[in-house]
Amino acid sequence: MTALTRRPAPARRTQLRNGQSPAHPVMRVIKGLTLLIACALVVMPFVAIVSTSLADNDQITRAGGLVLWPEQSTFDAYTAVFTGGVVSRALGISVFVTTVGTALSLITTAPLAYALSRPTLVGRRLVMMLVLFSLLFTPGMLPTYLAVKQLGLLNSLWALIIPTMVNAFNVIVMHSFFKSLPQELFNSAKIDGASEWQIMIKIVLPLSKAIFAVVGLFYGVGYWNSFFTSLLYLDDSSLWPLQMVVRSYVVGGSQLSPAELGNPEVLPPQPALQMAILVISIIPIVCVYPFLQKHFAKGVLTGAVKG
Amino acid sequence: MDVRRDQHAVTATTTDPLAAPPPSSAQSAPVRRRSAKRSLGARLRENWILSLFAAPALLIIILFHYYPLLGNVIAFQDYLPFLGIGGSEWVGFSNFAILFNGDPAFIAAVRNTLVITLVQTVFVFPAPIVLALVLNGLVSERIKRTVQSIMYLPHFLSWVIVVSVFQQLLGGSGLLNNWIRQHGGDALQIIGNPDDFIALLTSQVMWKDTGWATILFLAVLSQINTDLYEASNVDGASRWRQLWHVTLPSMRGIIILLLILKLGDSLTVGFEQIILQQDAVGIDASEVIDTYVYNNGIVGGNWGVAAAVGLVKGVISVVLVLGANKVAHLFGESGVYQK
Repeated sequence: MTALTRRPAPARRTQLRNGQSPAHPVMRVIKGLTLLIACALVVMPFVAIVSTSLADNDQITRAGGLVLWPEQSTFDAYTAVFTGGVVSRALGISVFVTTVGTALSLITTAPLAYALSRPTLVGRRLVMMLVLFSLLFTPGMLPTYLAVKQLGLLNSLWALIIPTMVNAFNVIVMHSFFKSLPQELFNSAKIDGASEWQIMIKIVLPLSKAIFAVVGLFYGVGYWNSFFTSLLYLDDSSLWPLQMVVRSYVVGGSQLSPAELGNPEVLPPQPALQMAILVISIIPIVCVYPFLQKHFAKGVLTGAVKG
Repeated sequence: MDVRRDQHAVTATTTDPLAAPPPSSAQSAPVRRRSAKRSLGARLRENWILSLFAAPALLIIILFHYYPLLGNVIAFQDYLPFLGIGGSEWVGFSNFAILFNGDPAFIAAVRNTLVITLVQTVFVFPAPIVLALVLNGLVSERIKRTVQSIMYLPHFLSWVIVVSVFQQLLGGSGLLNNWIRQHGGDALQIIGNPDDFIALLTSQVMWKDTGWATILFLAVLSQINTDLYEASNVDGASRWRQLWHVTLPSMRGIIILLLILKLGDSLTVGFEQIILQQDAVGIDASEVIDTYVYNNGIVGGNWGVAAAVGLVKGVISVVLVLGANKVAHLFGESGVYQK
């Protein structure tokens, strides 16, 4: 290092790629440890959950609950849960609400966002105001409940879909995408005599696959994860989606009886059953996670301020 | 590079929506001026299909966001569900008396809400800033990506799952306590202990959202001009000096903006998260304003009073958001929207 100062060229201190000075070795160790611990805290619970769902009776009894690694893997818990009964039914309901809800959300949100991006929409500013102010003025839990009741949606699966079908935030995300499309496309199509309908189908949709995927995923995760709407609007436990089942049997600690499981051949220990239910409710999220991760930065940054 | 484009999206949506739409191209401006002169009916006839596009979603927004606002009138009624809004007796402001006469349960709910907000602002808010700074200083892109992938995941899990996970790990027969017992210790009561409840809530929020919240900070950090670092490096600045003189000043804007938004949201604390754990920990430690409304209104049938509390909370929240936005403008930040 001392030799460097004697060179005719100006001495450059070592620096990182983005120009930052290198950190002190002790700080580097501390930072490495921080990241390692943070990641372990996130990963470890998942490992324990999956392990317990696969562990056999002996091991769970010995551990008194959760195990960190299954000695002998068995899928008994999953077989039992999928035999029929509350968990299978709830899974079916969750899948229905998520798929139908996401489809309906996209079918309504995208056209509104598109219409808002066109200058020829009648009353464009008023519509925009209605969308934006719905973010600011939330009507409150009781009045919303009364409206849902008055519209006859209480105790119906549609109560889990229709009230939350259009999210103003997602409208804005899609709107800003449509606005970023080159306007020359629209103008030249207009000159060629295309109708708004043709423009939407033939020009806009093919360009918008990514934004549909992003917003669809946001909606889908929302429907899949929603639990409070079920608590609020559904009295009948036979309509419960998966999150309510998790609440009742995992958070609430109720025991799953053989009858509730549809009388499986083997009745695995309760911890294994509970963890199997948790795994089932986490898996869809983990499956779409790579896609979410690819696109979510865009979504969250677009609407960052209204997180 | 992707992030940089996203950054534009932020400024576009934060500044634009309430402002007049900028003419998107030279051709569209005269078209609009001409159409403004024509009658509403003529314009509707010409562009009816766009109105048709907007209609279904708009109907949903009106039905479930604006129409229910009218339902707030039950705050001025002795509302009984079987009589409906039309048949229930009007009682003026007497439901609001609870706010002034000091019902102990209500005061406890307000106090809990404010304490939780304060604790979470102090502990939860800085965590992603620290994590983002650590991540930003990493040399290896691959390690950075991996850590991000892991840390973002819990954000997408529901509160039901997060609460379950905590219970399984820290509960009476959870992983931690079983381990302690096997090693001859006394089990700790963490779940269901009123004294620990706020700490538990705070650690759950941190577990779920610290990673996710770094996104914004990382986006800002990636925008910092590397010349600044290089110049300070040549001047002999250490890493700490660079942090103090380059990095933190660049993050000032986003930190102020997020703090202000947090202020606007301070009466709302994790409703789902708390309602899930209320049975275990008891109502005294866990009642907040939102759960008070739920427990007294929907569960307790005391509709008028609960609606009055909800209405006052809603109004104060709007005032806080608008006020916070005003403060943001005073700080020279763009805020949630611009005039």
